[in-house]
Amino acid sequence: MSLDLFLFFSLAVISVASALAMILNRNAIYSALFLVLNFLTIALFYLILSGPFIALAQVTVYAGAIMVLFLFVIMLIGPHRLAYSEANRWQRPAAMVLGLALLAEAVYILIFRPTPAISGEQPALVENFGAPKVLADVLFNQYALAVEVIGVLLLVAMVGVIVMVKNAGKRQT
Amino acid sequence: MDAALIWEWIIKSAIVLLIMTGGFAYTTFYERRLLARIQTRIGPNRAGPWGILQPVADGVKLIFKEELIPAQADKVLFVLAPVITVIPALVITAVMPWGGVVNIFGRQVPLYIADVNVGVLYIMAIASISVYGIVLAGWSSNNKYAMLGGLRSSAQMISYELALGLAFVGPVLIAGSMSLVDIVEKQRDIWFVVYQPVGFIIFLIATLAEVNRAPFDMPEAEQELTAGYHTEYSGMKFALFFMAEYIKMIAVSAFAATLFLGGYRLPFIEYPDWLEWIGPFVLLAKIIVLLGGMIWVRATLPRFRYDRLMAFGWKIMFPLALANVLVTAVIVVILSA
Repeated sequence: MSLDLFLFFSLAVISVASALAMILNRNAIYSALFLVLNFLTIALFYLILSGPFIALAQVTVYAGAIMVLFLFVIMLIGPHRLAYSEANRWQRPAAMVLGLALLAEAVYILIFRPTPAISGEQPALVENFGAPKVLADVLFNQYALAVEVIGVLLLVAMVGVIVMVKNAGKRQT
Repeated sequence: MDAALIWEWIIKSAIVLLIMTGGFAYTTFYERRLLARIQTRIGPNRAGPWGILQPVADGVKLIFKEELIPAQADKVLFVLAPVITVIPALVITAVMPWGGVVNIFGRQVPLYIADVNVGVLYIMAIASISVYGIVLAGWSSNNKYAMLGGLRSSAQMISYELALGLAFVGPVLIAGSMSLVDIVEKQRDIWFVVYQPVGFIIFLIATLAEVNRAPFDMPEAEQELTAGYHTEYSGMKFALFFMAEYIKMIAVSAFAATLFLGGYRLPFIEYPDWLEWIGPFVLLAKIIVLLGGMIWVRATLPRFRYDRLMAFGWKIMFPLALANVLVTAVIVVILSA
């Protein structure tokens, strides 16, 4: 248990620090890299919680695919063009209000309504918890409809991107 | 978790790291000798008997080279990039089964570091983050050739990763498990390459692209980009990129052997207990054959043109891999029903 706690807090420090560094850094490439570090620490959190599948999916999808694309785009346009702009003035107060609300909720849950995991009484893991077979069983039986809907949504988004790219190409020629 | 188990893990990890780094040195030697043979030359044969000390001489030479950092480079990332490239190459073999369970002084020791139930996914995860080193090397050098090499490599690796991931699905579907040990044990009688010939070919092509080997060595195309992403690197930093490439070659050969060619097992032969030690040597023989194939491809095929490479990846490899997964899945379901 003490090893778990040690791992948790050291990872927590890294993850919060990398998240802050990602927001505060003015160099877009460094921001992207700190976000990758953040995703990797979150994957390690999943591993501590005995969820190897979701941990590796997190690394593959977020750290491996999405952030590489981000980095690719930043390198293509050049970080200097991503200068700070005041176009969205409403974002800053909105972010403050929403951030405070999130903080208040977190404090409320932590202090006033301790869930079993926080108060120290961890529920025992079911057998084969987080195994790919168990996960697939739940995903494709219990939540089959949700999976299908998400699949269709992603497909529509992909087709949409292709259509937009084709139209943009026509206008240029 | 007792202390003996922790020591077992530490010793096995150290052995795997030593094998991979030693294997890197001798893969370069193997490549130079085999390339020379194919091109009717002799190759390096002066250092030691048959030239087997050549990798040592190369290493010593690289240590004494001057380490240059370009004045306008981003120094932190420039130093970090080779390290970020090597680490995924070294850790990717953690789930690799080198053999069965052997008996060492009365202790049952499995010849793999970890048998996780998501082993295949682990390989995909590590492979997908291995692109960062090359991209960052290209960007931080502040050199247009390096930059182009970095951009090309990221585009290429993202494109071929899809086909690679789908090629993994075939053996996973047939074995019904994502654990590499289970996949090997399911191939006791028939290698999966018999069921998955298309998947095997897709896997081989996609891994060539993933480790940036010829004919997919666009990120370092000498004629167009001088040396691509590692133009500005010299000395040991360059050696680290070199090391990562060759270690990845060994790793993908080992994975190809494990997923499609029966891994550490020989077909139709049940190892008795005292013969389990033969496993790593069987695997090694398969790896050497596959490495020879990769070198042969390099000696034979010219480099792709970049747009053709992308078209090939997206318009041929990806649909073919998808169709392969679909057909395999349907057949597996029909046969199991």
